[in-house]
Amino acid sequence: MYGLLWLIPIVPFVGFLILALFGGRIKRQIAGIIGVGSVGISALITILVGINFLASPPNGGSFTQVLYSWFRVGNFAPSIAFHLDGLSLVFIFIITFVGFLIHLYSAEYMQDDEGFSRFFAYMNLFIGSMTTLVLANNLLLLYLGWEGVGLCSYLLIGFWYTEPENGYAARKAFIVTRVGDTAMAIGLFLLVRTFGTLNIQSILHSASVSWPVGSSIALTVSLLLLGGAVGKSAQLPLQTWLPDAMAGPTPVSALIHAATMVTAGVYLIARMNVVFTLSPTAQLIVAIIGALTLLLAGFSALTQKDIKRVLAYSTISQIGYMFLALGVGAWSAGIFHFMTHAFFKALLFLGAGAVILAQHHKHNMFEMGGLKDKLPVTFWTFLIASASLAALPIITAGFYSKDMILWHAFADSKGSVWLWIAGIVGALITSVYTFRMVFLTFYGKSKTEISYHPKIKIKIALVVLGFLSFAGGFIELPDSWGHFALLSDLLKSLFPAPTLIHEGAGLEIFFQAISAVLVIGGVFIAYYFILKNPAFSLKFKESKLSKYWFSGWGFDWLYDKVFVTPAVFFSRINKSDFVDEIYTGIGKLAVLGNKLFSLTQSGRISWYAIGIVIGGIITLTIVVFL
Amino acid sequence: MANISVGTGLLLAGILFMLGLLGVLIRRNVIFILMSIEIMLNAAGLAFVVAGAKWSQPDGQVMFIFILTMAAAEVSVGLALILQIYKRFKSLNADNLNRMKG
Repeated sequence: MYGLLWLIPIVPFVGFLILALFGGRIKRQIAGIIGVGSVGISALITILVGINFLASPPNGGSFTQVLYSWFRVGNFAPSIAFHLDGLSLVFIFIITFVGFLIHLYSAEYMQDDEGFSRFFAYMNLFIGSMTTLVLANNLLLLYLGWEGVGLCSYLLIGFWYTEPENGYAARKAFIVTRVGDTAMAIGLFLLVRTFGTLNIQSILHSASVSWPVGSSIALTVSLLLLGGAVGKSAQLPLQTWLPDAMAGPTPVSALIHAATMVTAGVYLIARMNVVFTLSPTAQLIVAIIGALTLLLAGFSALTQKDIKRVLAYSTISQIGYMFLALGVGAWSAGIFHFMTHAFFKALLFLGAGAVILAQHHKHNMFEMGGLKDKLPVTFWTFLIASASLAALPIITAGFYSKDMILWHAFADSKGSVWLWIAGIVGALITSVYTFRMVFLTFYGKSKTEISYHPKIKIKIALVVLGFLSFAGGFIELPDSWGHFALLSDLLKSLFPAPTLIHEGAGLEIFFQAISAVLVIGGVFIAYYFILKNPAFSLKFKESKLSKYWFSGWGFDWLYDKVFVTPAVFFSRINKSDFVDEIYTGIGKLAVLGNKLFSLTQSGRISWYAIGIVIGGIITLTIVVFL
Repeated sequence: MANISVGTGLLLAGILFMLGLLGVLIRRNVIFILMSIEIMLNAAGLAFVVAGAKWSQPDGQVMFIFILTMAAAEVSVGLALILQIYKRFKSLNADNLNRMKG
């Protein structure tokens, strides 16, 4: 059964090739079947492999499938090889399964779009690259997948390329993530120079043997890798691209910019956990970045008008929670939150997509309202996902994962009360902005009539994800409720065990109660200011603070002034630089020669004849006298 | 025949050639240009004949027959072209036919 592992990335790649080569010639329906089907096959194989993995774990807890040797330069010989362990299993399950549901949804969402087969070609390429990323057994193959998903993100953000703004957003996403990727590439060079290999397992092993805790090389490598993770996962200070990435079609935002690609940074840090553990400073930086990002993005989400931008900031904020978890050493809590987040955030985006379809492709929440009774399936699934995002206690998946992170942020030896406060304030804000979105969109007076009712494919995707957003959390219960931790047990061998300094069921339940009260309070705050007393929120909307948050804390403005303007200025100055002059000079010379010679073509026969005569005389003179 | 020296013959041929060349260069009328070309061809032919006579070889006269034939063919093509030119442009002035200038 493990032998099928290589098919998981390959099948979507084949789907991509078919759609890219013949997409223009095959029927829409067949293109849809190929696009959705290839990911479906991948998901099936993943489930088969996963069941096999859980039933009879391979020796040593991991399975490696070497396909072939990629190339060989001296001693450096990376291979195309896939590595399956608990961590990559969780990731490929989310990628292919949630990916399949989103593909199914897209088959209906995109049905009238001109670029239907192009869309599925890119989506399949994405699934192929993303599964390559998480299955790679060496960092070079991981980097290939890493750049592959970046490319797909670029292509899909700019999918509707006739609007110049979409192209701008796509370029922004590509360039900003490139900053992080450059840091990551340097990190990889450093690893090759130190160990002569990029094989993840051997790097982790050699690092744990040869690097002392707190050594500067461990710090450098982990900070460089963190740079890549920060860019990809849209964390501070490279978070500015994600809100603009919402220019792409909504299923793209669900798949790439919520559920999977943006969590590649979380995967990278979790995968390289040994290196990060060896450098407590780097790990603290990860936690601080996570805490700051979750607060900043949360406040920004409070003020957005565009429903997708709320979700984008919320994604940044939730990935901040994952970084916080990784930073305090609660590795499996981070992965757990990745999983529940993939379910409920994908569902929120898909629900938002259904709302956008139903509201004449409007994104502004203030022009929506009263959709509760008109779109019942969308409303109920959206409500479940929102409850999960806000982490309403006990009944939602998000509660279990977020609570685990908050508890570890306080109780772990690497945690602190400040990180916990950031997390708990973030939880309150999360609940406020989530229910602000729900109330604005689904409650109140109806402002726009319905233009589309979701059909079966959209409903299936919504209902399945709705179930998972509700039930996905029960696989792992808090310690204080008894030991039931399927996910942590699966990941136990991969991560160092968390070292709790505060223990006790009573304390943990006390903290859970605090967060429960705050979260429910957040719902009431949203209810009070949006439905009961909208005057205040309208006044707040005009305030400077609100505008500052709306613009994402002015980071775009800052980067524009600090990086873009000088870059444009210098390239203006250097527009006609010296090297260019040489090449344009050659061109100008050729044009000059052309003008001179074309003067001789006067069209007068007698001139031509004189030319011949003079030529003849010169030739004869040379022949006779020389 | 024998008392005409080679130098005289070649001089005559040279004068004829220069006359033809001047005609080509100076004349505007396409028909005159064609006639001047004929004169130049005949000058060349005369040079061949004189040279053939000098070495008592028949080659010079053979060449002249060739030139004559070629000149006939050239004139027929040339006259046909001139007819077309006249039909198209209603003029035979070579300086007006400068549409193909660079």
